[in-house]
Amino acid sequence: MLNNNDNNLFNIRSIYQKDPTLSILVIALLLIILSLFIFFPGRVLTVNNFESMAFQLPELGILSLAIMITMLSGGINLSIIATANMAGIVSAFIMTRMITESMTGSPIPIILLAILAGWLVSLLIGIFNGVLIAYIGVSPILATLGTMTLVGGISILVTKGYVVSGFPEEYQYLGNGVFLGIPIPFLIFLGLAIFVSILLRRTPFGIANYLIGSNETATRFSGINVNRTLVITYALSGLLCGIASTIMISRFNSAKAGYASSYLLITILISVLGGVNPYGGFGRIGGLVLALFILQLVSSTFNFLGLSSHLTIAIWGLLLLITIGLRNIKSTSI
Amino acid sequence: MNEEILTMHNISKNYSGVHALKSVDFSIKKGEVHCLVGENGSGKSTLIKIISGVVQPEKGAEIFINQKKENHLTPIKSIQKGIQVIYQDLSVFPNLTIGENIFINYYAKGGIQWVDWKNIKNVARETIKKVKVNLDSNETVGSLSIADRQLVAICRAIATKAQLIIMDEPTSSLARHEIDALFSVIQQLRSAGITVLFVSHKLDEVMEISERVTVLRDGSKVGLFKRTEIDDKKLSYLMTGKEFAQEKLSEKIENRKALLEVKNLSKKNEYKDINFKLYQGEILGIVGMIGSGRTELAFSLFGMNPPNHGQILLEGEQVHFKSNESAIEAGIGYVPEDRIDQGLIMEQTIKNNVTITIFEKLLNHLKMIDQKKQQSTVQHWINTLSIRTSSIENPVKTLSGGNQQKIVLSKWLATNPKILILDSPTVGVDIAAKNSLYQIMRELSQRNIGIILISDEVPEILYNCHYILLMRKGRIVETFQPEEVTEKELNDKIIGDGQNE
Amino acid sequence: MSKMFKKFEFFLFLVIVTLIVFFAFSTENFFTLENLLDLLISYSFLGIMAAGMLVVLISGGIDLSFTAIATVAQYIMAIIIINYSGNLFSAFLVAGIIGIVLGGTNALLIYYLKAPAMIITIATLNLFYGFTIFITRGRWIYNFPDWFNQSHNVFSFTAADGTYYGISLPVILLVLVFILTYIILKYTILGRKIFAMGGNIEAARRAGFNILGLTIFVYSYIGFLSGIGSVGQVLILHSVQPNAIVGRELEVIAATVLGGASLAGGAGSVLGTAMGVALLAIVWNGLIIMGVSSYWHKLIIGLIIICSVGINAYNRKRNA
Repeated sequence: MLNNNDNNLFNIRSIYQKDPTLSILVIALLLIILSLFIFFPGRVLTVNNFESMAFQLPELGILSLAIMITMLSGGINLSIIATANMAGIVSAFIMTRMITESMTGSPIPIILLAILAGWLVSLLIGIFNGVLIAYIGVSPILATLGTMTLVGGISILVTKGYVVSGFPEEYQYLGNGVFLGIPIPFLIFLGLAIFVSILLRRTPFGIANYLIGSNETATRFSGINVNRTLVITYALSGLLCGIASTIMISRFNSAKAGYASSYLLITILISVLGGVNPYGGFGRIGGLVLALFILQLVSSTFNFLGLSSHLTIAIWGLLLLITIGLRNIKSTSI
Repeated sequence: MNEEILTMHNISKNYSGVHALKSVDFSIKKGEVHCLVGENGSGKSTLIKIISGVVQPEKGAEIFINQKKENHLTPIKSIQKGIQVIYQDLSVFPNLTIGENIFINYYAKGGIQWVDWKNIKNVARETIKKVKVNLDSNETVGSLSIADRQLVAICRAIATKAQLIIMDEPTSSLARHEIDALFSVIQQLRSAGITVLFVSHKLDEVMEISERVTVLRDGSKVGLFKRTEIDDKKLSYLMTGKEFAQEKLSEKIENRKALLEVKNLSKKNEYKDINFKLYQGEILGIVGMIGSGRTELAFSLFGMNPPNHGQILLEGEQVHFKSNESAIEAGIGYVPEDRIDQGLIMEQTIKNNVTITIFEKLLNHLKMIDQKKQQSTVQHWINTLSIRTSSIENPVKTLSGGNQQKIVLSKWLATNPKILILDSPTVGVDIAAKNSLYQIMRELSQRNIGIILISDEVPEILYNCHYILLMRKGRIVETFQPEEVTEKELNDKIIGDGQNE
Repeated sequence: MSKMFKKFEFFLFLVIVTLIVFFAFSTENFFTLENLLDLLISYSFLGIMAAGMLVVLISGGIDLSFTAIATVAQYIMAIIIINYSGNLFSAFLVAGIIGIVLGGTNALLIYYLKAPAMIITIATLNLFYGFTIFITRGRWIYNFPDWFNQSHNVFSFTAADGTYYGISLPVILLVLVFILTYIILKYTILGRKIFAMGGNIEAARRAGFNILGLTIFVYSYIGFLSGIGSVGQVLILHSVQPNAIVGRELEVIAATVLGGASLAGGAGSVLGTAMGVALLAIVWNGLIIMGVSSYWHKLIIGLIIICSVGINAYNRKRNA
């Protein structure tokens, strides 16, 4: 009898049978929650903290989605942070220049314009990456390192290093408000996670993306337009960065050329921890979401313990190495 | 009596349940030319890898080199003992020069730290002279043709004056005069006391060069014979276990509709003035050496290599394929020569490998893949082609070579093709699966699908095609009906007689 | 194939010459001995690290953590020199050893963890750097002993107009490193094996090469060079600035790739790398002297990198 239960993301038995990674992550998450409950009762696992985690985690989560889809295709997008910052700066400029104190009428159309402009810019950067990689044949590492520098350079030129800040209340609501008790950023992230998950597993594009990551040549020989698929992947990656920045700049109430530079390693860590094969071809959103929760909890705990941010990032580096090591042990025992 | 340079007892090797070698005893006498013979899948390659230390045999195996027992053979130990292997994939370094490639084994042997480029040039020049070929030691290997790379690999093995040189199917892309040169080099080696192990499935070569022959079939040793004790008919029987009373196809096909017509097709440096027709239900064979342009032609028909000149007509209408997508849509499928890198995505599931060509056809009204439809489609092909697997979610790499090839076929059959191009489809496939594939081919032709079969195996072409084209250096030089030639005649025609250069 | 490559290096040379001519005519301060020597000194560190990166790329790998290794080496060297006695030789020795140890760690991780070198070295970059800044709290160090701070000019002279010129130790180091790398790559078996490994690793394995050993050498080499290069940097700046080095990874990779090395491995030359470094140096310097606002720099460098890797890749694609 064939096992075909991958319809539902949350069908627990099938997940366990088919994907030990996910079950390990669930166990790890439960263990962490348990330890926090025992060792720091009432300190970390508070409603307040959960709420602030639910505000912080979405932008990191969306950026992780952005890098994950490129890793699945066998490449990587090192320019996600630069892209997000650029999109944020564009949005910020439009809002601060076009919305003035003396203005009449609702600022909302301008806000919408600003958001869409940011998304357009990030989408264009993504397409640029895709064309470089697929049609010109630059390796993803070099291409995205290059765009990271170029886009970062444009950001610096345009802002002269200054912070662009001061957005209207209506916009700040996006990043700081709640809807039916749930923080809006969290809802956005959830929606995107579900969307990307369906896209990856149930559409021709998504499956082609995985296949290219495993063997680009054979995929090409089977009649799939590999170049077009890769451009879409990187374009989508760019767009996701733009959406992440919409949330980010709302929460910071400002945009700057150098924000979130430490996020890059963390998004890679989340992806690999969540089961993405660093060589491409395999990885699930479910795993990424679990890894994201785990990391956010651990990060909050570090915060609570007063750990320096530098030590934290060193620990992330170590954790990435350990994760890779554990995956090797697991795969050799199968 | 000559002493043995290599003695192996009880050699077995298992790969996740597949017995590649079953308790094989194998030995070679010093200074002889010994042939190891067997079909694809017989275990020849595995045995070679064990001799060269790349792969370890199961417990209980005993290996003696020059009558001294070796407990754990590694690549470098094997090399130090004087064993050189020329692999089928040549293992050359494309970014280094010919000279350096030839010299490379001296690097591994150790004992020298500094590179003497003059010495490299000299050694290279001498070796090239010995093999009587035309190579410039300064050229980078990456720019060479496969045939030339093979020559470099041979030079490399000879350069270090090994004790035992193992050549794994070395003549697959050599012209007649190059094969002659190789054979005379082998004789030279023999008189110099060097032992040669020649691995092949080409019976005429085996009969020409060997002194003794070991035959493998399905992982077991079938026998060890002196050359005088056998002939190619007996060898064929031993290798395959069957008397091949194969029947040539006899249907007349010219009166049928022409599916494909190729007129004056040319592509610079690849093929020229190609003219032929493919009829409904016809199996058209194309033979020729590597470098004859067959695969390049196939790529052009499949939309992956646009020609410079000429026309391709599909059912009477001219087509210009910009990519293989349009070729597939027009009803053409291509089973590539290289199953591992081009034909299948080994790590991915059977399910995805079968449906990769038809995702668009499996969409539901929401533009998402209908999983039930996908499932039943895959199941249909698994049943139709008798593919053995425990689950369609298993990665394709878990299947045997024959079953893997059936998966490749499935993915094309799923597109409902009018024309199928099969490029060396039975390489690395065991006998039973081979016959199964031939059966499938015949059934497809009964259903009016046109098949172009590109192959190096003369019996395969002779007994499965309605018509045969012979290509050499990019042109069609001869055409015949199968009944017009014998196996030997066809083989001779393919190799030619030195007219190539 | 070699003909095309010669064409490429020649093309790079032309670009450099064009740039020099352009800048020389655009501003009178560019083409002076003083400026060019200054430039040489400023870019000596980058050049030394690029030589290490070249070896890594040729072997088919990549390293993103070398800037962190340089930082760690600097710190430990500084602490030892200041708090214990020492001399120039021991400073280089300490930094070099640290580089070898950390680089060797990278090599073992890459070999045994079987994950892409890029991801492993991103991890170690953050591990090494984060930990160092945490322990040292990111403070600058500038209380070096006098003997250390003395200008280490090896050749110096006073020109007719009274200006004092010198070729400092870091520059000598750069030249020595390039010569050493050239010799290793062209004239030692080790170097040739590295090329072979980058060209076809499976064939290298079958030929009996010690892949583990070669990997350890390659990553230790870039670690070593990053270490001793960082000492040179301290000699120039007379201080240890913890965040000065990390972040410049792309420049080093760009210089090597501009000079003909490929991320796929098996290709590259010392001459090409030197020209790549020169190209970046000239552009950066020329822009500054021409008074182009520094806000443009990152953008222009990014543009140059993308154009050159783009052209490179496209050519390779067309010739394949």
